[in-house]
Amino acid sequence: MDTKFIIALLILAIPAFNFLLLGLGGVKMSHRTAGLIGTIGLTVVAVLSYYTAITYFFDYGCMEGAYQPVIGPFPDEANPAFHWLQFTDHLTLDLGIWLDPISVMMLVVISTVSLMVHVYSNGYMHGERGFQRYFAFLSLFTFSMLGLVVATNIFQMYIFWELVGVSSYLLIGFYYTKPEAVLAAKKAFIVTRFADLGFLIGILILSYYTNTFDFAVLTDVNGPVLTSPSGATFLGISVFSWATALLFMGGAGKSAMMPLHIWLPDAMEGPTPVSALIHAATMVVAGVFLVARLFPLYFILTPEVLTGIAYLAAATSLYAAVVACVQTDIKRVLAFSTISQIAYMLVALGVSGLGGHEGLGYMASMFHLFTHAFFKALLFLCAGAVIHAIGSNEMDRMGNLRKYMPITHITFLIACLAIAGIPPFSGFFSKDEILVAAFEKDKLIFFCQYFVAGLTAFYMFRLYYGIFWGTERDYGKHLPHEAPLNMSAPLIFLTVLTCCTGLLPFNELITSDGRPFDLHTEWGIALPSIAVGVLGIVVATVLYRRPNPLPQRMADSVRTLHRAAYRRFYFDEIYMFITKNVIFRRICSPVAWFDRHIIDGFMDFQAWWSNALSFRIRALQSGSLQFYVGVFIFSILVIAGLLIAFVF
Amino acid sequence: MNDLVQLMRPEMLLLAQVVFLLLFDLFAPDRARRHTDAVACALFLASIAVGFLPSTTGEAFGGMFTVTAMTQVVKNVLSIGLLLVFLQSRVWLSDERTSFKKAEFYILTLSTLLGMNLMISAGHFLLFYLGLELASLPLTTLVAYNKYSDESIEAGAKFVLIAAFSSGMMLFGISLFYGAAGADGLYFDVLSSRLAATPLQLLALVFFLSGVAFKISLVPFHLWTADVYQGAPTSVTAFLSVVSKGAAVFALMFLSFRLFAPLFEYWQYVVWALVVLTITIGNLFAMRQDNMKRFLAFSSISQAGYILLGMIAGTPLAMSSVVYYLLVYLVSNLGIFAVVSILENNSGKVHISDYRGLYRTNPYLSVVLMLFLFSLGGIPPFAGFFSKFFVFMAAADQGFYVLDFIALINTVISLYYYLLVVKAMFIADSENPIPTLHTDSWSRLCLTLCLVGTLFFGVFSGIYAFLSSGAWGL
Repeated sequence: MDTKFIIALLILAIPAFNFLLLGLGGVKMSHRTAGLIGTIGLTVVAVLSYYTAITYFFDYGCMEGAYQPVIGPFPDEANPAFHWLQFTDHLTLDLGIWLDPISVMMLVVISTVSLMVHVYSNGYMHGERGFQRYFAFLSLFTFSMLGLVVATNIFQMYIFWELVGVSSYLLIGFYYTKPEAVLAAKKAFIVTRFADLGFLIGILILSYYTNTFDFAVLTDVNGPVLTSPSGATFLGISVFSWATALLFMGGAGKSAMMPLHIWLPDAMEGPTPVSALIHAATMVVAGVFLVARLFPLYFILTPEVLTGIAYLAAATSLYAAVVACVQTDIKRVLAFSTISQIAYMLVALGVSGLGGHEGLGYMASMFHLFTHAFFKALLFLCAGAVIHAIGSNEMDRMGNLRKYMPITHITFLIACLAIAGIPPFSGFFSKDEILVAAFEKDKLIFFCQYFVAGLTAFYMFRLYYGIFWGTERDYGKHLPHEAPLNMSAPLIFLTVLTCCTGLLPFNELITSDGRPFDLHTEWGIALPSIAVGVLGIVVATVLYRRPNPLPQRMADSVRTLHRAAYRRFYFDEIYMFITKNVIFRRICSPVAWFDRHIIDGFMDFQAWWSNALSFRIRALQSGSLQFYVGVFIFSILVIAGLLIAFVF
Repeated sequence: MNDLVQLMRPEMLLLAQVVFLLLFDLFAPDRARRHTDAVACALFLASIAVGFLPSTTGEAFGGMFTVTAMTQVVKNVLSIGLLLVFLQSRVWLSDERTSFKKAEFYILTLSTLLGMNLMISAGHFLLFYLGLELASLPLTTLVAYNKYSDESIEAGAKFVLIAAFSSGMMLFGISLFYGAAGADGLYFDVLSSRLAATPLQLLALVFFLSGVAFKISLVPFHLWTADVYQGAPTSVTAFLSVVSKGAAVFALMFLSFRLFAPLFEYWQYVVWALVVLTITIGNLFAMRQDNMKRFLAFSSISQAGYILLGMIAGTPLAMSSVVYYLLVYLVSNLGIFAVVSILENNSGKVHISDYRGLYRTNPYLSVVLMLFLFSLGGIPPFAGFFSKFFVFMAAADQGFYVLDFIALINTVISLYYYLLVVKAMFIADSENPIPTLHTDSWSRLCLTLCLVGTLFFGVFSGIYAFLSSGAWGL
């Protein structure tokens, strides 16, 4: 087997092994050992991922001027056709490793953020009950997410997709004695499972009409799937539109697009490092990754679905940004900010074309995914440090913390500047490319995203001032203090990444067709976007730097809007109304009645007759031999008589 | 001559063992006789191992005795069953009331097995009948083995009388065939070509097959089963319910495929009715039993119905499903009997109500018994699920959907009473549970073997694949 695949398999195997080790043997270990095992394992994984990325990009990935997917370890010369499961003559399910620009990029993102979260968790979760369980789940999640990005076919992806979902469920509900955490875990699982139903149906439709699960076939622009697709339709719409839309439903569930976003804010009940890993940097971008992975399919066969995605994402990003402006729980602000930023990435994919400069949106989306992962993880980890120091998520319990937590303060500020799109931090570069791509394709979306960029700067600095400036609160006897080294070191490392990742030449490495293209900064768009970011910061500074009555007065002037935004535009209420009144009452109750009376009734009837009959006939087993013999001969005669009568 | 030795290898080995054990019991010193179990088991194990060696197929004695790949397989299956019975009966045999005559147990069971083998390989009515009698008469003695127990004596008396009666019925059927087809018509392959659906031949068919149905204890020829099973020593019951029944099933299988194939379409109607009756009646009676051995008697009656369900299709698929079903039934049921016999030997208790709270005192035995019961009930992933699946499939393959449906409903009913036992062990509480027992190593070995079979026969598709490949060589 090729070395690169051995390394790739190791990247998967180490967290899987750690999960088993910590899950089965964790109880017998000390906290220190468990944390060390998880962290060292992840360090190795990160190093191997970096090695894979470097060798892919600079050694074997580029063939004939374009980055090609490298697929293995099967089939190779020794195993010409390795099929894990054969469905039909044409449809087989293989397992393998797929290395291409976006998957190795994801390897880097996942292993880096996961490593940082592992290190950070050693401090953050110190002394918690279930410390070993926590690290076991982290390993499971990392394994699943890494497996998801290197999947060679959509079914393999689905397997890991579900594993990711279940590990997210386990981690959100980590504090299982807290009712809110249990409810949040349940909600996240049910909502994403519901979305995954769409994903599964999409996979089935797609594989039925294309006879393949393989990404290699599905995304081959010269292949049979994209050049001569089946013309079948359902309800007047092409089956491929159904398939890709349903696939995206799964992605929308994981990536918290409207209206399936309702689980993400609640998922903040999990430990904060988990939020940084799963609900900011990795799992929630699975939807983006899915669309990017199948991008040729979306773009060539179903451009209308892609456009739909762009509009849905634009609406989601605006919605989430507005809601983020009025939340008071700092993790919720970050959650809505995450929704908004992921929507940004999907907007970029939605407005993208295929190949060369046309594919700017694709590249920008991946670029933003990359930069966002680091600065958003950084924001969450900073928030975790603050929560760790204060013991609360609520902004009105915080204030003037810059005095006590200088490192957290500076790193948080840099992350805020990055997300606000201020150069030279990474967010500026990626966000700018998205705005350029949107401007070239659709002005409406552009203005929407432009406005969102301003809002982003505003709510992030509202958060920043609320935590680190403003009035000092009564912190009691234990004054807040800076986080310990194992928590602040990841903050610093991520800050470094936030400062430099913007300079990476994504246009040469990760493009829609694998070929590099020229890119210049479009100052005509970059300058206004910096301006709107600065404007948002200025407004936030005026309103929140020092305590003043202005914010309250503004909120009062648009009270209805403020209330609606604070209650997240009543999405949860609508869901509850629909589930309780429509689904439970109109659908579930009749089904339950049918189950209880018809199905159970049939079974009860069975029990009744068999019981009654067995009581009646029990005397036949009398023990009298004469009777037995009588029955014997009588039965022979009856059977023979009936048989002869029947035949003649 | 060499051919004859090859063809009759299992039978000759059995005969040699019987003779050796007879002489051993007579002439060996007491010190050696104490190890009769070990000697008998070792010999038998060796003969089983020989049975797995490749063998020739063909006919002997001018067509009286036939050997095919499939007969060899089923003979091996029966031998394994008997070995499991040997393993679990050792403790009972070492009891002071029986230890002095334990060689007889081995001699009699081995003779029975010899009779069964002859029955399975028979190509002529005479040999078939002789085999049947050889398989029945020693059983009578075995049933009455505990000769100071009234129950055992009563069971023996009932068994010998009803067996004699059924032999009479069968002989009458054979004589009718003789009348219909002539003297050389007693050869199966000759008779087969002369079979026609005349009233006389149909009558002969029913009389003849009633004798086999009696051995399989199909309803309505089953009434002796519960009384005899209850009265006989538990190890003998195990032998009766698995090995003896299995042999009769195999004999019936070969008869219906080889001999009665021309009448099969008519025979199917009878089988249809018998399946429904057997499964349902067996279930209905099993529900009300408290004595574990009676309970198992009715359970085994209903299981026989499922076996017959597999046979009704009359296809090679049906045949392999039947052999597979029997193999799985063999390990599951013998496992149950092993547990029952351990409990009975140590505490003298055989009632389901005595099993209350067993999990507290004997957790391993309870869990193992539960797994066997689950397998008999057809719960996945145990082997019993797969064996039921295959017989259902064989029947559905030939369009017996209604029959499958009835059998399926009965599966649910059977779950009820299997779970009653589980409930007694795990959920119900007792003030006076069976105390914690020590299990001897032979029984433990038997339980382990049965457990391995129950857990893995279903999962390893190789076994079923092997059987279905052998089914073609009828």
